[in-house]
Amino acid sequence: MHGLVFRSFESFILNSYGQTTWIQVADKAGIPRQGLQSLAEYDDELALDILDAASETLGRPGSDILEDLGTFLVSNPTTEALRRLLRFGGASFAEFLQSLDELPDRARLAVSDLVLPQLELRDNTPGSFNLTCYWDHPGPGHVLVGMLRTMADDYGALVLLEYVGADNGKETISIKLLDQEFTQGRDFHLAV
Amino acid sequence: MAKTNIIDLSAQALDCLMPMHLQISPTGHILHAGPTVQKLRPEGGLVGARLLEVFHLRSPRSVQTMDDLRDCVGKRLKLQFREAPKTGLKGALVMSDGDGVMVLNLSFGISLVEAIREYDLHAADFAATDLSVELLYLMEAKSAAMNESHKLNRHLQAAKIAAEEQAFTDTLTGLKNRRALSHIMDRLLTEQRAFGLMQLDLDFFKLVNDQLGHSAGDHVLQRTAAIMVEHTRQDTVLVRIGGDEFVLLFPDLRDARQLLMIAERLIAALEEPIPFGSVNCEISASIGASVVQAGCFEQASDLLEQVDQALYASKRAGRGCATLYEADKFSGDPATIELRSHEMRRVRPGYSAAAETDMQSKSSSA
Repeated sequence: MHGLVFRSFESFILNSYGQTTWIQVADKAGIPRQGLQSLAEYDDELALDILDAASETLGRPGSDILEDLGTFLVSNPTTEALRRLLRFGGASFAEFLQSLDELPDRARLAVSDLVLPQLELRDNTPGSFNLTCYWDHPGPGHVLVGMLRTMADDYGALVLLEYVGADNGKETISIKLLDQEFTQGRDFHLAV
Repeated sequence: MAKTNIIDLSAQALDCLMPMHLQISPTGHILHAGPTVQKLRPEGGLVGARLLEVFHLRSPRSVQTMDDLRDCVGKRLKLQFREAPKTGLKGALVMSDGDGVMVLNLSFGISLVEAIREYDLHAADFAATDLSVELLYLMEAKSAAMNESHKLNRHLQAAKIAAEEQAFTDTLTGLKNRRALSHIMDRLLTEQRAFGLMQLDLDFFKLVNDQLGHSAGDHVLQRTAAIMVEHTRQDTVLVRIGGDEFVLLFPDLRDARQLLMIAERLIAALEEPIPFGSVNCEISASIGASVVQAGCFEQASDLLEQVDQALYASKRAGRGCATLYEADKFSGDPATIELRSHEMRRVRPGYSAAAETDMQSKSSSA
């Protein structure tokens, strides 16, 4: 797994719970306290170790932590770049949803060795979608739920999100788009 | 020409495909402006104005009249608004059939980012097939990735500096450094072990460095380190504490005579000329020494101060010699110590007076 993913997690723990917690997590997972390198590649197993360490330290299930990570990634000022990059996906939340299957390719345009889970969006009925996420281990689905919830707020859309479950290397999220323009949403300009 | 494939497109259809297009009458007046071009002049005034009065043609430069412009059909055009903001645009011009109306499609080209800032454009202002938004995405993604890479570089640089600061080795000579010395002395004192302590300063080193250059100086320091390694046991701690100053630490050595014999051998070895290129570097060394008894309660810094005093006495006594620190003879203020310097136990090894005189005369001329 790419170092950027690990750096994101570190940044999330540091920002949300502070240095002391991060040091506990790092020590428990057996990684350097100053974190891993953002431009290196690490074993997927290590990600699971770090998540377990965080879960134990915080006394919260891993799935909750991952969902918070997703929220953090698109709402925290330190990761504003990521939120902006996602907003380039479309002018409305519906367009943004349709752009999600391009996400891994978009990520690779920026960082050529960054491999993200493959995503597949399926329209069920108008305003109702199923998003499938393919990865060797369950987890990215929960991050996505956090991200989508926050991106919906960002666009000002009212949505119902549900983590349906994980099955054999794929996770499914059900998305119900109730109102595209529920609120004003956050400002987004193409150029900063 | 057979007009079999004519497609009639409504203004809306053209606006959808080309939101930045202008339709120009044969007289050169703007008949219609696409929605995004209209956003560039929010005060209006485009429709009805003469194209060449709104835009200045930067390429091809020869275009002055509508006839000139008609010759540009199918060519790449570079235009610029005559009024501020004087945004630059790229254009392609085609002629419609029959009525002589021209269609000029525009794009921002490389000035895209400034234009978006200037006019507050959104994704919907670009045609669905236009890659402008992807270009913006890519620019931001690249700068985010570069940012991360810069962060990593700064992080590695800081780590390198920290590692150097924490290192125990003097990179020039491969000996231990001052930081290592205090660690090792503290350990010996904590373990209440006896040890011999020596401070060695090179004599005439500055002369070598000044007259023959830093590389000669570095060479002499490296040779000095090698001589110290040759003339001491493996458990001796050899330290370069700075410049041409060294400290030697002999664990479990209790015999002052033995310590002075080692000092003697070191000085003799260091007085052998050190070849550097075509010249011989001639140096010597002054040494201050002391024996630290087992269970000594003094601080490392005090012990180092004592050998430094003994070293000072050696220098006073004419350099190239060793002086043993003895508590009773070194009490009192420095002036007294100077008076008593002749009483100190000094060792003068077989030392070439000629060399010393020679070097000293060089020294005074330097």
